[in-house]
Amino acid sequence: MRSCSIPCRSREQIASVSETSRTSNLVSLRRTNLAFGMDPSAIDAKGGFSFDLCRRNAMLMEKGVQPPSFRKTGTTIVGLIFKDGVILGADTRATEGPIVCDKNCEKIHYMAPNIYCCGAGTAADTEAVTEMVSSQLQLHRYATGRESLVVTALTMLKSHLFSYQGHVSAALVLGGVDVTGPHLHTIYPHGSTDTLPFATMGSGSLAAMAVFEAKYREGLTREEGINLVTEAVCSGIFNDLGSGSNVDVCVITKGHKEYLRNHRMPNPRTYVSSKGFSFAKGQTEILSSKVTLLKERVVAIEGDEMEE
Amino acid sequence: MSIFEYNGSAVVAMVGKNCFALASDRRLGVQLQTLATDFQKIYKIHDKLYVGLSGLATDAQTLYQRLVFRHKLYQLREERGIKPETFASLVSALLYEKRFGPYFCQPVIAGLGEDDKPFICTMDSIGAKELAKDFVVAGTASESLYGACESMYKPDMEPEELFETVSQALLASVDRDCLSGWGGHVFIVTPSQVIERTLKARMD
Repeated sequence: MRSCSIPCRSREQIASVSETSRTSNLVSLRRTNLAFGMDPSAIDAKGGFSFDLCRRNAMLMEKGVQPPSFRKTGTTIVGLIFKDGVILGADTRATEGPIVCDKNCEKIHYMAPNIYCCGAGTAADTEAVTEMVSSQLQLHRYATGRESLVVTALTMLKSHLFSYQGHVSAALVLGGVDVTGPHLHTIYPHGSTDTLPFATMGSGSLAAMAVFEAKYREGLTREEGINLVTEAVCSGIFNDLGSGSNVDVCVITKGHKEYLRNHRMPNPRTYVSSKGFSFAKGQTEILSSKVTLLKERVVAIEGDEMEE
Repeated sequence: MSIFEYNGSAVVAMVGKNCFALASDRRLGVQLQTLATDFQKIYKIHDKLYVGLSGLATDAQTLYQRLVFRHKLYQLREERGIKPETFASLVSALLYEKRFGPYFCQPVIAGLGEDDKPFICTMDSIGAKELAKDFVVAGTASESLYGACESMYKPDMEPEELFETVSQALLASVDRDCLSGWGGHVFIVTPSQVIERTLKARMD
């Protein structure tokens, strides 16, 4: 486990999965818990994973129970460097096996005001790892008072992923603009990284890379860049079954960013009746019914009497 | 057999106009053997926040106990009930902590947030949040629930119409799933009242 050099002030901001800043947190939390007279081990946000169900679950697997399937983003995520910065793109489909469980999810995650990160792989891992590093970056900015660097985010992500030897299955495209200029990186689940002018990841990466290889050139304008990213993601949406629905785009330039959520929606719903289903009241047979009235929320109106 | 199919369950949440519905089946079984037909799968966190837990019943109950514990601590510290969005993050963190040895449980969270805005959300067993504006489903009948809700859902339904829609979607779906059914349990939560109903359903 890594130790942390960042002074840590807010324990709320650090999800319980974060294992950096362990020591400093532990001390302050223990103190509060003991003050409440509670068992400190019960809610210690000490971070790190808990393995206490692993033995039971392994026993179940041994008895022939299938391991569970997790929500995946069998994704197309892309990024490229253009004239003034970086453009990231992603589709919006989340799947669980062959089932589409979210038709419009967000795969471009916030890391810092000048850095965003696309995630593919197990949805919980991409979400958790980006959230964790973004909170570390925020604390780092508080401590240093400077804009985050893309390589800082890159190093934090890769060292976390490497320390879990690929078991945290997040495949990322990290992009941002900092004092040293625009950067684009890909990060693999085992912790290896690439630095590239254009990059693709996820199950639709081949379809998207085909478009980039054919049409990418240096010095693209903003408009050309957005169109190329959209075309590459659309190629994933239409040719890869794990990707689908809409195109999200994020344009990062020096001191400015633009998150274009659902920039293109090539797959609108067309088959639903405008009236929809209507059910007559009382059609469903009810066995019992209980109505609980809720108390109205009392809002205190501020008066002058209390003021000194 | 997947461990999620050991007890059987169907949970669905739907958003209406300033209200939401959370419904579940009532069966508790051990594979194909039914043990109980009055099993509670929807739990109250506070007046305007409910959680439905599908999956392995033993883990669902353990998880519920931990959620109640954490919500009580939150109330002590903040002197108010938890917001649904915050609660969803709490559940997600509890589940992701056990990333490599998960609770076999898929929660559905539904609540009225600030200004009584409805919020619904579901997760997989390791805490990947799925926020939706219309409906979310979980459990062994999730595939048929997706189909039923996809066709029956309309935006901005009033509470009574929402009740009919969510009940019909649930009843239609559990009839195509051997492991869930045996009655239904529906909560309709509006800013002023909570309607709790049990449904008559096929008992086979």
